[in-house]
Amino acid sequence: MSGDSTPRLPERDRPWMMRTYAGHSTARASNELYRRNLQKGQTGLSIAFDLPTQTGYDPDEELARGEVGKVGVPIAHRGDMAALMEGIPLAEMNTSMTINATAAWLLALYIVTAQDQGVAQEELQGTTQNDIIKEFLARGTYAFPPAASMRLIADMIAYTVEHVPKWNPINICSYHLQEAGATPIQEIAYSMSNAIAVLDAVQERVAADIAAKDGSTDSAQAEVQKRMEQVFGRISFFVNAGVRFIEEHAKLRAMSVLWEELGRERYGISDERLLRFRYGVQVNSLGLTEAQPENNVQRIVLEALAVTLGRDARARAIQLPAWNEALGLPRPWDQQWSLRIQQVLAYETDVLEYPDIFEGSRVMEGLVAELLEGARAEMAVVAEHGGAVEAVAYMKSALVDSHRERIRRIESGEQVVVGQNRFTESEASPLTDDAQGGILVVDPAVEAEQIEAVRRWRAERQQQAVDAALRELAAVAREERSGENLMVATIAAARAGATTGEWAGTLREVFGSYRAPTGVGEAAALGGAEEVDELREQVTRLQEQLGRRPKILVGKPGLDGHSNGAEQIAVRARDSGMDVVYEGIRLTPAQIAASALQEGVHVIGLSILSGSHRQLIPAVIDALREAGVTAPVVVGGIIPEQDVAPLRQAGVAAVYTPKDFDITRIMRDIVELVRANGSSSNGSSANGSA
Amino acid sequence: MSADGAGLGARLRERDLSAAPAALNLLESASASDRRQATALLREVSPAALGGEAAGHVIGVTGPPGAGKSTLLSALLKQWRARDQSVAVLAIDPSSRRSGGALLGDRARIDFDAGDRGIFIRSSAAGERLGGLSWATRAAAHALAAAFEIVVIETVGVGQAETDVADAADTVLLVVQPGGGDALQFLKAGVMEIPDLLVVSKADLGQIAAQTARELSAALRALGRPSVGVFAVSAVAPQQGIEELAAALAELGAPGRVAERRLRARRASAISDYAHEHGARGLRALGGRRAAERLLEARDPGLDSAALLAALEEAAGL
Repeated sequence: MSGDSTPRLPERDRPWMMRTYAGHSTARASNELYRRNLQKGQTGLSIAFDLPTQTGYDPDEELARGEVGKVGVPIAHRGDMAALMEGIPLAEMNTSMTINATAAWLLALYIVTAQDQGVAQEELQGTTQNDIIKEFLARGTYAFPPAASMRLIADMIAYTVEHVPKWNPINICSYHLQEAGATPIQEIAYSMSNAIAVLDAVQERVAADIAAKDGSTDSAQAEVQKRMEQVFGRISFFVNAGVRFIEEHAKLRAMSVLWEELGRERYGISDERLLRFRYGVQVNSLGLTEAQPENNVQRIVLEALAVTLGRDARARAIQLPAWNEALGLPRPWDQQWSLRIQQVLAYETDVLEYPDIFEGSRVMEGLVAELLEGARAEMAVVAEHGGAVEAVAYMKSALVDSHRERIRRIESGEQVVVGQNRFTESEASPLTDDAQGGILVVDPAVEAEQIEAVRRWRAERQQQAVDAALRELAAVAREERSGENLMVATIAAARAGATTGEWAGTLREVFGSYRAPTGVGEAAALGGAEEVDELREQVTRLQEQLGRRPKILVGKPGLDGHSNGAEQIAVRARDSGMDVVYEGIRLTPAQIAASALQEGVHVIGLSILSGSHRQLIPAVIDALREAGVTAPVVVGGIIPEQDVAPLRQAGVAAVYTPKDFDITRIMRDIVELVRANGSSSNGSSANGSA
Repeated sequence: MSADGAGLGARLRERDLSAAPAALNLLESASASDRRQATALLREVSPAALGGEAAGHVIGVTGPPGAGKSTLLSALLKQWRARDQSVAVLAIDPSSRRSGGALLGDRARIDFDAGDRGIFIRSSAAGERLGGLSWATRAAAHALAAAFEIVVIETVGVGQAETDVADAADTVLLVVQPGGGDALQFLKAGVMEIPDLLVVSKADLGQIAAQTARELSAALRALGRPSVGVFAVSAVAPQQGIEELAAALAELGAPGRVAERRLRARRASAISDYAHEHGARGLRALGGRRAAERLLEARDPGLDSAALLAALEEAAGL
């Protein structure tokens, strides 16, 4: 702060960009929602895509079943993108897309849609998330192996810096790391390491591009440096903020220190403006509770303070979750409430009237120094592994460990969660007593409509042009032509009318498909807890009864990649003494049935957070029974109260939701379930032989 | 009540692949009644009941963690299924038991078509020592070889313990990754004497893989085992060396070689069991180890190792 006597800014700051993460059902329905939101004073768009779009499948593919239009909008081709953006002037709009594995494709569709609106790509503003490493670590919507994914990202960054200069081609995400259980230090260290991996890959790509044009002269080197400065300046972050909002603010200050340091030391950047740490934020969803969900409102408000209070580390763009995210999908009204929180903060309070209010605070400086020290040490560990891409397995198991520690603290009451493990007495909530339980329910007819629509699209387009464009895409993707930028062929395929599934399918053919490490294999054993010891004894007795060690299959049907819950169940089952077949994410009912049968498991645990349980769980149970598997099935995830009875009716033995935070208790239930199932079958055959 | 072991064994003998899950449930069980049924099952798939050796080729795939075994296996599975060969995989997970339980993640690492009835994959935890095989795994490999054309035992091996795989499998394939001086390590550990085939994975890394392959060939020559094939393989796109490897495996799976190897293994196991039981004095009573071998060579090649052991004891008058 300057030596002025007034503690105020000469002029009130402009508010950050306000967005709502939104999209559902169809392009048309989402377009209406966006236009309404903009009328309400929202200043940018944040598009939520459905899981098939995020992972590169068309609505009519097997893996898309139950997921179409659920957690976001389905975009299968340029026709869908045009409908999504109808009546929204793209030259003025600032659009953020939460899209990663298929980011290059969705940006291509956006560029083509803009061109059709008469807007050149040079004018477009917005962000594609495009951070694949955190997908491997935490979110699970990856499509291609790491090396190929990094090429796509590098190609896209190199392309946008040259042709779409106002676009933020990548948002390095620490957000999902926190959702996966990261401590503030891990969040800082892993996202910075991740940024290094991306910048290094882009540097290689840019150098190759320029060498191809100019050879490796001195002037070419200077050109590489100039281009890298632009790249560095275009990289932004997408962070998380939890309810410990003072430490969270310190975390953001520490990140800006590290980012500047990285720019100066590793990439030789000296321009102050380019060195600035820019971030958007979605505050924490992990800490939102299903129990007494109205309490989430004050959590969200406090978390918003973490990213707005100090001017030196204030967010550029904010989107807030809705109070009912732990219950299911939020409705437009729920999202409006969150937008209004932002507006009250920006327009009613005085938060934008002062210079940085933490300047000179010893507490804040101390916190920042502490975080910096820890983060630097952890970054060194990642570097020792050979960088973020090579260290995915290490980081993943470190996150699984941290998350388990968090759950242990909540179970034991060390960490207080109001309304969940303390102060649990409650009046009935009027917020959740409508017929739908206070959430949005996507019409199941949407999926059939979208399947019909994509088939019509394929039938009506010029097939030859599509075939040629996809052939060219495959050719550029191959090793021999890895020196060429994939964006050009991608935009051509978007223009020709190819579909999301065709674009991703073509690349899967060339790149191969991939399964990320699960992180559970190496998770350390839980020591000392008395309750777990007791559980272990029960499992040993059960083993004697069954003849074999109790064996559980844990997996996630559908496309939802949020595997934290499933991982914690898998690790705890192992700690209780069971054999655990952990299959990870993205399983079809046929895969689950085959595994359960072949592995001879005694119980099956399924986890779903995407809202597709009403379709997928019965499909899995049908497949199991058809394969002759009689083992009981338990389900966990974001399951609205009114869906529990239908699932039980479909044959599910037990349903667990976010309010069942005590995993040891869930394990005890499962052991009892296996015991009862074992003795009932023993019982009946004993009668038979009598 | 236990499952009907003899019935399951008969179904396996008739190549009914759908009997595999229940057969494995039985073989893995420790309860007394299940054990009795398991014995009945094994009787139905013994060489005597089959009228010869089980036709399936039992292949041990071993190597250090992270060497690329699951990726290699995924590629081989596609080759075998393209030729319509049925495949059973016994995946012995490296994750050691903690608190008694184990996380079995191998299945998720192997890429295969879940709807394909010609593939059967069963995971189990590694036993007390790394690379060791449990009784259930040996019995399962044996039983499944009656029904499946190829039976894979996938284990993590880092040293001497691989001898377990060598005893249970007709052919042992050792997977190592390029660089890192693995070749030297294996020489030290004496592991080089075990494999019938060596695979250097991740050949897409180029020079370094070729270099490792050369080192391994040299090491094998020095050991007097120049006939052991060394393959540099890339199991990820663009693949290389997979077809050649599958062809070499097919050659090693020829019925004559397999029968001969199993016969030798049974005799060796009978003699080692005998020596374990009766010591050096017992061996002297037979006129020494060489005499014991000659004695067994004169017996019916269809006898299992328990019968061979009984024959030795009878000859020694014990």
